[in-house]
Amino acid sequence: MPINSVVCIKQVPDTSQVRIDPETGSLVRQGIPSVANPYDLYALETALSIRDRHGGFITALSMGPPQAEEVLRKTLGYGADRAVLLSDRAFAGADTLATTYALAAAVEKIAAGSLVANIGSGKGVDIVFCGKQSIDGDTGQVGPGLARRLSFSQLTYVCSLLEVDLKAMRVKAWRQREDGRELLQAQMPVAVTVTEQCSSIRYASLPGLIAAAKKPVEVWSAADLNVERGRLGLKGSPTRVSKIFAPPARQRGEALSGPGKSAGEMAASLFDRLADRGLKIGRRGG
Amino acid sequence: MKKAARRSGGDGGDGEVWVVVEHEGPDVAPVSWELIGEARALAKELGVRAAAVIIGAGGRELAGPAFSRGAAAAYLVSGPKLDPYSSDPHCQALVGLAARHKPQIILLGATTRGRDLASAAATELETGLTADCTALSIDPEKKLLLQTRPAFGGNVMATIITPNHQPQMATVRPGVFPPPEPVPGDGGDIIASRPRLKTTAVSVKQLEFIPDSGNEISLQGAKVIVAGGRGLKAARNFALLEELACELGGAVAASRAAVDAGWISAQRQVGQTGQTVRPVLYFAMGISGAVQHLAGMQASDIVVAVNNDPEAPIFEVADYGIVGDLFAVTPTLIEEVKRRKASAGGNGGALRIETGTQK
Ligand SMILES: Cc1cc2nc3c(=O)[nH]c(=O)nc-3n(C[C@H](O)[C@H](O)[C@H](O)COP(=O)(O)OP(=O)(O)OC[C@H]3O[C@@H](n4cnc5c(N)ncnc54)[C@H](O)[C@@H]3O)c2cc1C
Ligand SMILES: Nc1ncnc2c1ncn2[C@@H]1O[C@H](COP(=O)(O)O)[C@@H](O)[C@H]1O
Repeated sequence: MPINSVVCIKQVPDTSQVRIDPETGSLVRQGIPSVANPYDLYALETALSIRDRHGGFITALSMGPPQAEEVLRKTLGYGADRAVLLSDRAFAGADTLATTYALAAAVEKIAAGSLVANIGSGKGVDIVFCGKQSIDGDTGQVGPGLARRLSFSQLTYVCSLLEVDLKAMRVKAWRQREDGRELLQAQMPVAVTVTEQCSSIRYASLPGLIAAAKKPVEVWSAADLNVERGRLGLKGSPTRVSKIFAPPARQRGEALSGPGKSAGEMAASLFDRLADRGLKIGRRGG
Repeated sequence: MKKAARRSGGDGGDGEVWVVVEHEGPDVAPVSWELIGEARALAKELGVRAAAVIIGAGGRELAGPAFSRGAAAAYLVSGPKLDPYSSDPHCQALVGLAARHKPQIILLGATTRGRDLASAAATELETGLTADCTALSIDPEKKLLLQTRPAFGGNVMATIITPNHQPQMATVRPGVFPPPEPVPGDGGDIIASRPRLKTTAVSVKQLEFIPDSGNEISLQGAKVIVAGGRGLKAARNFALLEELACELGGAVAASRAAVDAGWISAQRQVGQTGQTVRPVLYFAMGISGAVQHLAGMQASDIVVAVNNDPEAPIFEVADYGIVGDLFAVTPTLIEEVKRRKASAGGNGGALRIETGTQK
């Protein structure tokens, strides 16, 4: 039985190039290239490999300015079946709460459409995939937020999705924690956020690219969704940025090496300095 | 929920500062105690109580330790579906408790579990949540929580507020606040409940747990990381870094060049397309310090770089730089650690981290 999935893809600035202008104190974003959030491509690959095994249908979904169409085009090249962009002034300035509100409404619309078209397992949407976090916002809040809004099971930090059992409507996945890995079994429908430990994205095939070039990226505005406008975008966002500033820059530190210093002396001075800063070598806990 | 009119004569505890204690039975994530220390300071400024929220079995045993670290009250929530941790039941438990007692602030550790629970609960409570904070304070005029966090891969710091919604929620990075000294004998109120949780279709069951061991220590949890780059020259040379990491109780990581060369698994890559790590101590061995690598490690507290090229950009961000051949320097570092352990009289000791170093 096939699986109907939605993959949430965010277009993000290449964050290694984002800076605070020291003069104006504002964010310099101009001229900085946009990329697909890298974790979202692991999410897409996970969806593609499940479709390889079980068949099904994949919708790539993004909310962002009109340029975000680029990343969705890319997902079609990799093999997504459909691409939907939520783009409207009303969505702008959304924090994670307002983002999940809009994305959840879009997933519901996709689900309703797939029931009509008889796509997937016939349950609407079976799995929503997200990256573990976006590299600009870096919150990891959108995946769990979608799970709650959609009343889906919630599986975060998935490092390997093992098995989809469509008879029992269950998935099994390994979840990465700080102290190890846990194997979880979740009832579908499920929202999954994936880490970089999942497989990296396949190459886009030439036939795939040719087929993709013919597919449209559908653009939906707020009016296309069943939403209250006051809950979208900046208006619907409980958080506000009150200040941005440059982080204290890392300073070039101390050179421990120098003429006439032996490796032993360098090692000793390193651990002396670390001890002064509270890092002591000693008995564990003692 | 919208900033609700404060109920008077409610269940008590209106406007408290809460910390959700992350624990598995008696084992508490250190960040939870760090947060209770900070919550006490915030609560004092607001003229309210700091309280610990302990969900799941074993809460009674943890109430005392929470009081001794500065909580004035402990909310114990127990019930059949709460062990081991699972997102939906814990979310229901926290949301129910918050709806009843109306805290003004809820803090959780920015761990895989804290983030999982906080995002779910904030969505249900329809309130703001700020992830991964590295500083908290109270705005003296408006009495709002000022939540400061890195954004854009650490290139920007932002202070976030939640002006019109309550509770104000935040997850906070481990290691940012010093752990409070326990003061034995301090008591507090215990408020125990066994909520009836809704049975929902959303269910997640833990089938198995495999703890990391030895050199498999997860980069996210590691206090010390020893990372190697192209300068390592061959896969087998990573054994040298493993030995140093092992002596320090840390984990081994790598630059992309080392991963691309096939010397180490991609799961160990640090950087823009790998993991973002923030250990207390980061060793960069034979790593040049390309921006994409820096993006993943520049939030480390202390960076030590060993590189034979004095012009390597990694030295621009290193607290301690050693210009030299890593094949000569690393063995002496290992020797030095062993020597210090021996003179400290320990056997099988590790690096002890005494203070939260810097913010
Ligand atoms: C889109 C994109 C994403 C990227 N993402 C990442 C990422 O996530 N992580 C990442 O690390 N890189 C990433 N890179 C690659 C990055 O640009 C660098 O190429 C990479 O970090 C270089 O790795 P390196 O420092 O190990 O190798 P090199 O740059 O080759 O540096 C090796 C260093 O070792 C030193 N050395 C050699 N021999 C010795 C010795 N015997 N003793 C001491 N020192 C020695 C040399 O002086 C040199 O400085 C990315 C690149 C791009 C374009
Ligand atoms: N505007 C968006 N459009 C589509 N997906 C998004 C958007 N924002 C966040 N996501 C998804 O949610 C994940 C977590 O994002 P964040 O909570 O911002 O860290 C990302 O990896 C995406 O999969």
